Amino acid sequence: MSEELVLSLRHVYSGYSDGAGLFGKRQRQEVLHDVSFDVRHGEILGLVGESGTGKSTLARTILGMVRPDRGEVVHYTKRPQMIFQDPYSSLNPFYSVEWTLEEPLRVYGKYGRAERKRRVREMLERVELTEDYLKAKPSELSGGQRQRVSIAAALIRRPKFLIADEPVSALDVTIQAQILDLLRALRRELDLSYLFISHDLNVVYQLCDRVLVMKRGRIVEQGTVDEIFDHPKEDYTKQLLLAAE
Amino acid sequence: MECEERTDKIFTLRSPRFSEGCLLMKYALKRAAAGLATMLIVSFLTFAAFDLISGDAATAMLGTSATPERLAALRAELGLDRPLPVRYGEWLLGFFTGDLGSSTSYKQPVWDLIASKTGLTLCLSLVSFVLIAAVSIPLGVFTAGRRRFEGARTALNQLGMAVPPFFTGILLSWVFGVGLKWFTPGQFPDAGRDFAGAAVYLLFAAAALSIPRIAMTARMLRSTVQEELGKDYVRTAISRGNDRGQVLRRHVLKNALPPVVTFLAQTMAEIVAGSIVVEQVFVIPGLGQMLVTSISNRDYPVVQAIVVILAFWVVLAGTAADLINQRIDPRLRLGGAA
Repeated sequence: MSEELVLSLRHVYSGYSDGAGLFGKRQRQEVLHDVSFDVRHGEILGLVGESGTGKSTLARTILGMVRPDRGEVVHYTKRPQMIFQDPYSSLNPFYSVEWTLEEPLRVYGKYGRAERKRRVREMLERVELTEDYLKAKPSELSGGQRQRVSIAAALIRRPKFLIADEPVSALDVTIQAQILDLLRALRRELDLSYLFISHDLNVVYQLCDRVLVMKRGRIVEQGTVDEIFDHPKEDYTKQLLLAAE
Repeated sequence: MECEERTDKIFTLRSPRFSEGCLLMKYALKRAAAGLATMLIVSFLTFAAFDLISGDAATAMLGTSATPERLAALRAELGLDRPLPVRYGEWLLGFFTGDLGSSTSYKQPVWDLIASKTGLTLCLSLVSFVLIAAVSIPLGVFTAGRRRFEGARTALNQLGMAVPPFFTGILLSWVFGVGLKWFTPGQFPDAGRDFAGAAVYLLFAAAALSIPRIAMTARMLRSTVQEELGKDYVRTAISRGNDRGQVLRRHVLKNALPPVVTFLAQTMAEIVAGSIVVEQVFVIPGLGQMLVTSISNRDYPVVQAIVVILAFWVVLAGTAADLINQRIDPRLRLGGAA
């Protein structure tokens, strides 16, 4: 594993606006406090913590969907892409698989029709779906198939860095294993790095190289999988591990 | 009619072409039958209602001072002395052979009497409809997800929905007609000679008719768009690099429009009903005026014809909405796959 970075965060504070009164007065909700970490080239970095600690806000901040209030988010690769948790609702029910896969290419407008079709077919093959699925709508696919489509859509612009927000937590255990295998294979084939957000420590243990532990918007501990799972330093990490057994 | 059932593969794909054509035929026939049934029921109810209210064409023509003998003679002449089913049957026969009968008060064939008025009312309704769609859709989409001035906007919206068209009509006539003299209230220009004048006149009448429906449609669209905006696929679309406009155009609208299209179709029916009132306020010689006059004259052939035309219009609007929805949303396609 090289020390080349794909992403680094330095002292990031972020949050969202919430609550609107009669004339739209808003309140700023701080979620992330002084978050700093790096994602190294080729690694799968796990991000664990209870729900509501700001894992998803962190993902959105990295993607630029939420602007950080303070601190720096530095990308060393082109725009990262994201895979979401619920494969049932994260695909637009209106469109076919083909449309969904082509869309990221269409948004940036510099790919011709033939090039788009070619890439869609290539990516479909990579996620182990056949061309029969091109015309299918999300409602006609199983959860695992949908998540494969989501992964393909995230990878179609050939990003080097992928953020996966609980990508397998909505799936059956056997399907989970298949999707995790797929993510591993894609990392190897496409030279990817992942930020893998999960509350499921077993999944993190299986898949990740390093782990960040987050509590109430702060990174309380980070280290390799072995360090975190075998020699946790923080009480919070110990509690999480205990709860997972 | 037999439609071939498709066998499901490992996963279901949309119906193949051949069965779609077959289903379309079936659908068209079903729709036409339902429409015809609606029109028949409406026409019969109108006919029956005429029998229940006091007075008929004979009393209307001769006045209250007429002797019973003269009334009886006129009733016999007009055929009003026969039982209801016979008269309805006769009317129905005429209707299906293209003969709407002749007006008892104007002594003219009904069709000659209402043809130009039908055109005028359709014009008014269409202008109102276009106005509603053209204003409310952008308004609903633009305000969705924006919380500024929410209170003021809600108040304005409620006001728009609450104020009845006849009042708005009087207000518009007073401000733009009497005050600014953009048109002369009560004098509908002849469209042949003064087209622009007639258009302006109709536009104000249409505005009075449309405002409550614009408010309703905009509010409905705003809430459906808002609901869609909160869904996960929108978040996915944003993460893939779509900006707000692209998210709305490509992702949200197609999912948010079907209920609104259905609502607009119902609106189409309401507009036609509402135009009767607005025609009175603006003194537009359309079907509405004709209907009111003919009811007080007990001129049942004219009333029957107008009611059937209105019913036809409502049925047509409903069918159009169905077809448009199926074009927008393949999930609503015939046979209801998935």
